[in-house]
Amino acid sequence: MSCDDKVDCGRRRLLVATATVGGVAGVAAAIPFVSTFAPSERAKSAGAAVEADISKLAPGQMMTVEWRGKPVWIIHRSKEMLDSLVKLDDKMADPKSARLMQPGYAKNEFRSIKPEYMVAIGICTHLGCSPTEKFKTGAESGIADDWQGGFFCPCHGSIFDLAGRVYKNMPAPDNLEVPPHVYLSDAKILIGEDKKGA
Amino acid sequence: MGAANTDKYKSDGTAAGGLLEWVDARFPLLSLWNDHLAKYYAPKNFNFWYYFGSLAMLVLGLQIITGIFLTMHYKPDASLNASGIPAAFASVEYIMRDVPWGWLIRYMHSTGASLFFVIIYLHMFRGMLYGSYRKPRELIWIFGMLIYLCLMAEAFLGYLLPWGQLSYWGAQVIVNMFTAIPVIGPDFALMLRGDYVVSDATLNRFFALHVIAIPLALIGLVAAHIMALHEVGSNNPDGIEIKKKKGPDGIPLDGIPFHPYYSVKDLVGVVVFLMVFAVIIFFMPEAGGFFLEYNNFFPADPLVTPPHIAPLWYFSPYYSILRANTVNFFWIDAKLWGVIFMGLGTVIFAFLPWLDRSPVKSIRYRGPLFKGALVIFVACFLILGVLGTLPATPGLTVIAQVCSILYFAFFLLMPIYTSLDKCKAEPERVTGK
Amino acid sequence: MKKLFLALLSATLLAPLLVHAAGADLRLDKAPDRSRNYAALQNGAKVFVNYCLNCHSASYYRYNRLTDLGLTEGQIKDNLLFTSDKIGEPMTIAMRRAEAKEWFGVPPPDLTLIARARTSGSGSGADWLYTYLRSYHRDDARPSGWNNLVFPNVGMPHVLWELQGEQVLSSDHKLVLAKPGAMQPAEFDSMVADLVGFLNYIGEPMANFRKELGVFVLIFLFILFIFSYALKREYWKDIH
Repeated sequence: MSCDDKVDCGRRRLLVATATVGGVAGVAAAIPFVSTFAPSERAKSAGAAVEADISKLAPGQMMTVEWRGKPVWIIHRSKEMLDSLVKLDDKMADPKSARLMQPGYAKNEFRSIKPEYMVAIGICTHLGCSPTEKFKTGAESGIADDWQGGFFCPCHGSIFDLAGRVYKNMPAPDNLEVPPHVYLSDAKILIGEDKKGA
Repeated sequence: MGAANTDKYKSDGTAAGGLLEWVDARFPLLSLWNDHLAKYYAPKNFNFWYYFGSLAMLVLGLQIITGIFLTMHYKPDASLNASGIPAAFASVEYIMRDVPWGWLIRYMHSTGASLFFVIIYLHMFRGMLYGSYRKPRELIWIFGMLIYLCLMAEAFLGYLLPWGQLSYWGAQVIVNMFTAIPVIGPDFALMLRGDYVVSDATLNRFFALHVIAIPLALIGLVAAHIMALHEVGSNNPDGIEIKKKKGPDGIPLDGIPFHPYYSVKDLVGVVVFLMVFAVIIFFMPEAGGFFLEYNNFFPADPLVTPPHIAPLWYFSPYYSILRANTVNFFWIDAKLWGVIFMGLGTVIFAFLPWLDRSPVKSIRYRGPLFKGALVIFVACFLILGVLGTLPATPGLTVIAQVCSILYFAFFLLMPIYTSLDKCKAEPERVTGK
Repeated sequence: MKKLFLALLSATLLAPLLVHAAGADLRLDKAPDRSRNYAALQNGAKVFVNYCLNCHSASYYRYNRLTDLGLTEGQIKDNLLFTSDKIGEPMTIAMRRAEAKEWFGVPPPDLTLIARARTSGSGSGADWLYTYLRSYHRDDARPSGWNNLVFPNVGMPHVLWELQGEQVLSSDHKLVLAKPGAMQPAEFDSMVADLVGFLNYIGEPMANFRKELGVFVLIFLFILFIFSYALKREYWKDIH
């Protein structure tokens, strides 16, 4: 700020200083107001991590649990299902899971901690519909003759494989999201938290 | 004044200047700024009492903003939740505990409500001290009185929303006052409640009126109050018209531009007010049971009346007047007289411009009669206020009756004592700065 | 004139004291202040969960908020989480209100706000609770066998009697310990103080933080006051 004869510099300095302190007060006062938009303790409690018992989930089957109001799929993949995933790499938009749609511990070929158990949020990355399971392979699935099993989104037709990876040239831009999760024991998964509860 | 549509903003060549010129050519930005701030000439001798107008605006703004945020979480619902607590009551505690920073916003709103009345009472008292209601400012005063009435309605409606014991029984008692009106009274009270007792229907309509209807009226009236003020110009502690003595440039000799002089001065007032506000919010949010009443932490129970019901402190002078009427005159019973006098007690201020016959406006130049009358009036108002918070006993009722009579005598005898009073001569120019 | 107004103003400020004096028909013992004593509050939480939470809920208070008092989530889960399986849940109870009403005449009230609601001219809500919980005495005329000096004809029996022992009313209307309980009187009073401290705390869990924050807000506003006052002086030196 320049100071010349027409401007009273002392007054201007004081004005700027007062405006600065007042501005800090204004920002500080705005913080509580903006914070009220964040989820409340009730919402956080309702959205807390959920435990899933996978002891009765047979190979080739999937189960759905609700976490934060969204469906989370747990798929027990059979040997054939796992083998099919590798062959599909060149049809996938993001075969190596390079984009951040999963925690680091699920960034691998099968997008899971244990290869046989896939955990994913069943919400299409396009516009939020929930895809339906299409586990039957081949023409019987009604999708393609060489279909290896996966998911089909009824809203805009995006298709995903059994690791939640999206096929190329689909409306959905990304693979299905893998939520944070941890194995409490061989039979129990905690969905929503990485660490075993204190 | 008079700058409207004449001087238009000319760009100084910068981008911001260009934008301003574009806007000002299409909207009276510069003339609004000049008429109400930069070229609104206010008397230079405003004192302490002149802070409360801008503070009232500040609190109105605070109440609206905090109110909007509370509305996002509050539920006007009297049904019982799984723990047997009314949903409305539970939603207030939800705000206090579960919503991030909700407690601060709720305390700001509850403290702001009481401080609003402190400010408005002081602002009205300023008007009485310096004759601000006198010609040509009668309409400003009347708009002000309407604001005051709206504010009382707003406070009463809002007080039901937490759905605590005092919310419930306070609303019950006040709605039942209307049953005193002959013929239509009982039906009117029924229409007000929308049920045979205060209930969920009442809560929902009070909520609607509190969050939108009355605030809209308030904002409109405040705008009218300020427009009328800026039309005639502000009064001052000397009660003389600064517009009578103008310089060659047409600017009152004792006038200074509101901005920057009074904007920086009011800023000091705002900061001091915020300190008082903060002390209450952070260290004594209940203010000893006067701003948040302890009994209101019990959820509303339609079957059990709390042992001692007192109105909120800002209604208590009128509540005392209501209770002081214990005799039946003519064919009208004491209950109706109580309601009539209570109503008159609030409305009678509006007649001040015509009741006051003094040749001078300001207390500085008034004689002993008015000064004495004002002291007695203020004393009665305060005593009635204190009595309203206490349980009625025969002795206290007599005091309340005497004070009520003096309260009305102040207004009704005003034409006489202000005409007889020995006033001093007003100065030509304002004194002090 | 000015002096008179000042006198009137101070009279109004004194009015609250008058109101308080008017309400003082009951003598309450002062509850010891436990608001910053976390060990005592933790003990109070334990007493509350063991003795009160069967019939009374604290349905606005979430278990995980006990971390305010220095407990870890694991400690809460292991020692205090009896009525729910999720640590984010509030302290609700399973008892149905209709049944409760049948058993006690009135459903036991939720206790989250009891300390705030019981504040009166006679003392703070904590004082009331502290006196109330120590004022039970034997009364054969009551269905429960118990009555209370602070809360006459109370529906709740003396839940802590095994700890306090049995008090009876003497001929001059004083409480006398007729049969000692498992605790010494001083020990019992201290435990009740912990419980009341906990009830006082859950009435407004943010109270300590509120006061701490208030100090900072006031310091900051004071700085703003200095600047704004200097600015006002600067501008107003033009006005004569």
